[in-house]
Amino acid sequence: MLEVIKQPWPWYVAGPMIGLTVPALLILGNKHFGISANLRHVCASCFPGNVPFFQYDYKREIWNLFFVAGIVLGGALAAYFLVNPAPIQIDPRLAQELATYGINDFSGMVPTQLYSWDSLLTARGLIMMVGGGFLVGFGSRYAGGCTSGHSIMGLSALQWPSLVATCCFIAGGFLMANFILPIILNN
Amino acid sequence: MQPSLIDNTAGLEARSQDTICINESHLQHKWYHNFKYLIVGVLFGLAFVKAEVISWFRIQEMFRLQSFHMYGIIGSAVVTGIISVWLIRRFRIKTIYGEPITFTPKKFNKGQVYGGFLFGLGWALTGACPGPLFAQIGTGAAVVTVVLASAVAGTWVYGRFRDLLPH
Repeated sequence: MLEVIKQPWPWYVAGPMIGLTVPALLILGNKHFGISANLRHVCASCFPGNVPFFQYDYKREIWNLFFVAGIVLGGALAAYFLVNPAPIQIDPRLAQELATYGINDFSGMVPTQLYSWDSLLTARGLIMMVGGGFLVGFGSRYAGGCTSGHSIMGLSALQWPSLVATCCFIAGGFLMANFILPIILNN
Repeated sequence: MQPSLIDNTAGLEARSQDTICINESHLQHKWYHNFKYLIVGVLFGLAFVKAEVISWFRIQEMFRLQSFHMYGIIGSAVVTGIISVWLIRRFRIKTIYGEPITFTPKKFNKGQVYGGFLFGLGWALTGACPGPLFAQIGTGAAVVTVVLASAVAGTWVYGRFRDLLPH
């Protein structure tokens, strides 16, 4: 049994499991699933300044910080007890493309050749980690939600603005991955 | 101990600005009641790591149309969510505290287009949306705390200059 769990989980197991988070949170306490809101709660609790956007009762949303603490814990459990002994399989076309940028270590979930303390000192690393992170935080709040809030919770509740947001997420992602990222990785 | 009912209509409005994911409950509980959400988070985090949703490579494959995996995950998650929400509405299912489950419709604004596009750029660049960032840190990728800190900074800058942006 444990051997099966240690294998990478197929989409038809993980997808419904992720989807069930929506009713689980609703039934446990009328909580609406979404993760990027936590970034705002961190701002509201730690450095609200005089910004009206951060003046609200963040204590009412502490449940969500418990939820993300659970995600960190779940990540740790998976990494320490359920680790897959085999190397991660990646598409040969992607492997070939990445090799042209000198990326040939596919062992981790996060590519160590791109995401490391050392690469923070390079322009490439700075753009990817600091620039990418900034876009994720700024963009998700500007859009009013991220992949979880819009693409899963919003679409589950059949909210059409969430469908618009999801289409824009995908458009931005396609542009970055196919046209901008190759330029960044070449440097 | 019985949870107390509080009036938070004005508070709900402030909290729900630019967000879909909020606490719509009017009940207030002791802090340790939140541990049930932590348990849901653990299961969610396990699925994220074991299905390799948090892998930078899987996200690159998705945006290059080289793999069905991520589309299968997001698609089946959405279908599961749609059916669940439909059942909750159809049978007026209540929370475990007997409170009705409510849905507040979101209004369209231009932020969903501009912000969504910017978010998409960041998603493909970091290979992670906010959920996977937390799971990656959990797996021991300590450097991802830099990405997360930058995402918090991005959120703060949005909040600071919100009034100047088209909505």
